[in-house]
Parts: sequence; structure tokens; C-alpha cells
Amino acid sequence: MSTAVAAPNVSGAPHSTGVANNLRWLASDTATLTRRNILAVTRIPEALFFSTVQPIMFVLLFRYVFGGAIHTDATSYVNYLMPGIFVQTVAFGSVSTSIGLAEDLQKGIIERFRALPMSRGAVLLGRTTADLLRNIFVIVVMTVVGLLVGFRPTTGVASYLAGVLLILFFAYALSWGFAIVGLSAPNSETAQVMSFPLIFPLTFISAAFVPLSSMPSWLQGFATYQPFSVTVSACRSLMVGAASTGTGKSTSFWVWQSLAWTVALLIVFVPLAIRKYRTRT
Amino acid sequence: MTLAIEVDHLQKTFKGKRVVRALDGVSFSVPEGTVFGLLGPNGSGKTTAVRVLTTILRADGGTARVLGNDVHKKAALVRSLIGLAGQYAAVDENLTGRENLQMVGKLNHLPRSFVVGRAVELLEQFNLTDAGDRPLKTYSGGMRRRLDLAAALVARPTVLFLDEPTTGLDPQSRNDLWEVIERLVGGGTTVLLTTQYLEEADRLASQLAVIDHGRVIAEGTPESMKADLGATVLEVGLPSVDDGPRTGEILDALGPHTALVSGTQVEVTVDNGPQAAMVALRALDAAGIAPQTFNLREPSLDDVFLSLTGHRSEAQQAEDEDADLTPRQRRKKLRMEKLEDALPVATGELA
Repeated sequence: MSTAVAAPNVSGAPHSTGVANNLRWLASDTATLTRRNILAVTRIPEALFFSTVQPIMFVLLFRYVFGGAIHTDATSYVNYLMPGIFVQTVAFGSVSTSIGLAEDLQKGIIERFRALPMSRGAVLLGRTTADLLRNIFVIVVMTVVGLLVGFRPTTGVASYLAGVLLILFFAYALSWGFAIVGLSAPNSETAQVMSFPLIFPLTFISAAFVPLSSMPSWLQGFATYQPFSVTVSACRSLMVGAASTGTGKSTSFWVWQSLAWTVALLIVFVPLAIRKYRTRT
Repeated sequence: MTLAIEVDHLQKTFKGKRVVRALDGVSFSVPEGTVFGLLGPNGSGKTTAVRVLTTILRADGGTARVLGNDVHKKAALVRSLIGLAGQYAAVDENLTGRENLQMVGKLNHLPRSFVVGRAVELLEQFNLTDAGDRPLKTYSGGMRRRLDLAAALVARPTVLFLDEPTTGLDPQSRNDLWEVIERLVGGGTTVLLTTQYLEEADRLASQLAVIDHGRVIAEGTPESMKADLGATVLEVGLPSVDDGPRTGEILDALGPHTALVSGTQVEVTVDNGPQAAMVALRALDAAGIAPQTFNLREPSLDDVFLSLTGHRSEAQQAEDEDADLTPRQRRKKLRMEKLEDALPVATGELA
């Protein structure tokens, strides 16, 4: 240790009391771990590339293969489709929250975090925040792809951005749900296969790809009011007008439905995830 | 003498598919500035003890203190005083070596300027300067362990926990790591080291506790333990099982230790290897027994166990049983054991 750097008062800083101090460390630790998780995404560009290719293939599939057979009255099918694609993409993407956490547990890195004087909540906050940032990137990419294949938002920039915010908020709540899955899985592979049976029915038995009126009546109730669907309908209303949903409901109706679901999911998922994190070692 | 670590009747039971009593009343203490070796086979409770002491796991009973602070009641304070390097090399695959060290520094709430300088210093100290800005995927096993140890040292901990620091390393990397640890101890850091290797404990630790089934079964200096044990093991391989008992008697007569006969293998620990070998060979010759193999070797952890408990360590027993299995069956058994090992971990309670 020839170039010894003077050690600061290590023991004084981390455990000073006071709520303000604790919050400051929570914010700083969350930022550190968010950065770490984002760096991990950029270090494996292949993963980012292929996770972007998949939603693009869905866009092309529905726009050019299935879309011709799906009849929407109030707007073009591509305008109907894109808000559904956004929600599907962030929902599929939130699976990475569960995979990431399961991997950290498996590799023992969380063990190291637990022996550090860092904020306890930062591991989950850093993970969900990183996934939120990744979702912003994904939505920007998908918006560009949509515009290229004929998606034409009709309601103006502010309303469009409001739709994006709603999707991001919903996706954030989903991340906490998949954090629970990740903390329950024995390894990252299992976390992945555990996640898809949850995501798949909610994504496809919904208003995302086809008009609700085309489904059998016994399915319509669930398909209309489940959280994925109300978020799709809210975004669709905000991006291409309430009439496009074909439900006769107003924009604010869907927005409130979506916000209520999202808040409810957060109220359930956040404490459960924290509890799971505390009891899983 | 100030105590860096005090462990008193520590208990921990994992209630998974089967109940595992990982710590069954473990007690030991470590004076400041010394290296303490916790020696035991797989599953003996070493890692559980370290996890309790590093605040990761909460014990069911007993107390554990680090520098006088209860690890449960004053967990936050304890975390700022300790460093932990684990057998699983808990470093982030996707970051570079430097980024790993800086991350740990930031999570220790150290100022950024200090963290940057400290990372440079540690990379140099651990011979990782050239690899510092490469992602960990390109690191060898030995480099990962060195980085793991470096990460544990970022905040200049007063007490360092090393959980099987060299398990799975090649001899050269093991030697390198030992040198680093020796330098650290010269700097006054208290170290608790767990290991399966008697050689490692002997080289690094000034005081040892042997742990088995969650209990301390022996304590002392490495020297006193080896003296109790005998310095060398004499192994004789026979052409026929029938010669076993008589060879046992002959080897028994060599010294204070009792020979162990298992099939065509007979072994005994002796104090003076070459001397004992000559006597043994003459006696065997006189008895008309011609050994197929005849070896002198250093005593292993397993020999410590044999002499302390009269039984082999369970890991060794399992290995012996496995000798009858086909490679495929052995792999399957290993997978099942790994699964079982993972279970208590999944159901453990967090402190």
C-alpha cells in the first residue's frame, strides 16, 4: 500500500441517525445500483438487441399478417395496434426484473450487498428503477417503429406523452410483481419460465390486439377490465382518441381505471416483494 | 486482550425438507489482530457461522459480537466494520474490476474521491491493474477471487471474514492468495478464515477450531493439533484383505496412534516418517507380507477428523460410498445434493 489514500471516518458516515440521512443514503444507494443494472444491459448489447427485435416482429406480424383479418371501425388497425404493442412490450420486458433478481441471488452478489452498510431497500429500488429506464428506451424505439409502419397518433404530443407515462407507471408496478417471482425462483432460468404463464394470458386475452366485441361474451368481462386491458384502452384513448377503443367509454374513464389498477398493484406488490426479500437469503 | 469476535453458544436450525442443525451451540473467540481458522468439512456449519457474524443470517440462539457489538442489535454498525469475501466470488460479472470496487466503495458510503483512489490502489495491490478495465467475463478463477478479496477490503475493514477463500483454485493461485492474506495480517487486520484444508489453516491461522455437525470439537494452535495428530501418515496397500489385521497390528506397534484398517488399505499416523517406515518395512518383511503400495504423506483434514472423532468426515465417507457408483449415478447424486444444499438457504431467515 505504497500510495495509501487517507481513510475517511468510515464508521461515522453510514449509520448516522435521522430520517433525512436515511433517505439520502437510500437515494444514493439506489442510484449506484440503478447504474450498475443499466451498465449490465449495455455490456450485453446482444440481449438488448434481441429483446427489441421481438416486439418489432410482433408489430410486423400483426400489422401485415394478422391485421388484414382484424376489423376495427373507428381507426386504422395500425393505430389500434400500437398502444397494445407498447403495453405488451413493457409487460414482456418486466420479466427481466425477475430474471435479474434471481441471477443476483444465484450468483451471491446480494449476499455481499447484505453485509454492506447500505440501505436495505436499494436492491429492489435499483432493480425496478433500471427496468423503468430501459422501458423508456424501448417505448422510444417502438414509437419510431410504429411511425415507420403507418402509426399516426391523432391527439397531440402532450396527450401522447401522457399515454407513455401511464404505460411506464403500469410497467413499474409490474416490475414489483415480477420482483416477487424473481425472489421466489431457485434460479434465473426458472424465474423466466415462471413469469411467462402469468404474462401470456393477460397480454392476449385483452384489448391489445383485437376488438373486444369479437370475443365470446363470457370472455369479454375479464378481457375488458383486467389491468392490462384498461391500460391499453387508456393509452389508445390518449394517443388516437377515445372512439378508437370501440367501447363507448371516455378517455378519463380508462385513465382512472388504469391508475386505480396500477396503484392497487403497487400497494399489493411492494410490501410483498420487500417481505420476500427480507425472508429470502 | 481485546476480542474482535466473540461467539457464544450460537444456534441455527434450518427447517427445510429436512431439519438441518447447522449450528449446535458453537462458541469461540478471536483476539484482535490475529488470524483464526475455522476448519471443517462441507456442511459442518462454517459458512453458517460466517453468515451470522456478517449479519446476513439471524441466529436462533446464543450471541455473536464483532468488536463488542451484537451482530443482530447493532447490525448497521457491524456492517461498517467488517469485510466479507465468500467462496462464491460474489463480484458482478457484467462490470469491470474497477467498477466492482468502486460500486462496493459507494455502497459503503465513502466519498467518491476516496473510492476512485482506493480502487487504483487495490487493483495494484492485487496485481489486477492491467485487467482493471476489462469485464469480469475475461477473468480467470484466481483473478476473480483476488478481486473478491479486494472488494472486501475497499472500506478498510477492521475485521475480515474469508469464507473458503481458495476452494477450487489451482495451487499457484492459492499460493498467490495466501501471500496476500499474510500481508494483510501483517497490517493488523483481524481475520476469520474458514477452510477445508489443513494446510491452509496451518499456514495462515495462529489459532484453530475444528467444527463438525455445528459444534466445535477441538481448539488449539495448528502446532498443537499436528502434534496430537502425528506429523506424517503412513499408508500401506496390501495384495489381499487377509493381510489386513496383521498389518494393522504391526503398524499399531509403531507409536501411540492406532492404525486404521479398511480392506486392503491400512494407515497410521506417525511422528517420524522415515524412521517409522524402516521399522514398518522390516516388520512386514519378517511377517511375510509384501505391500503393493507404501506411502508417506502429510496429514489431511480428514486425518484430523479421524483422530478427533474416530470417524471420517462425511464428505470423505460420501466419496468412499460413491466409489461403487457409475459416473452417471455419481453426477445425479451430486445434483441432488446440490439441490438439498440450496434448500436451507432458500428458507433461511434474514437478520
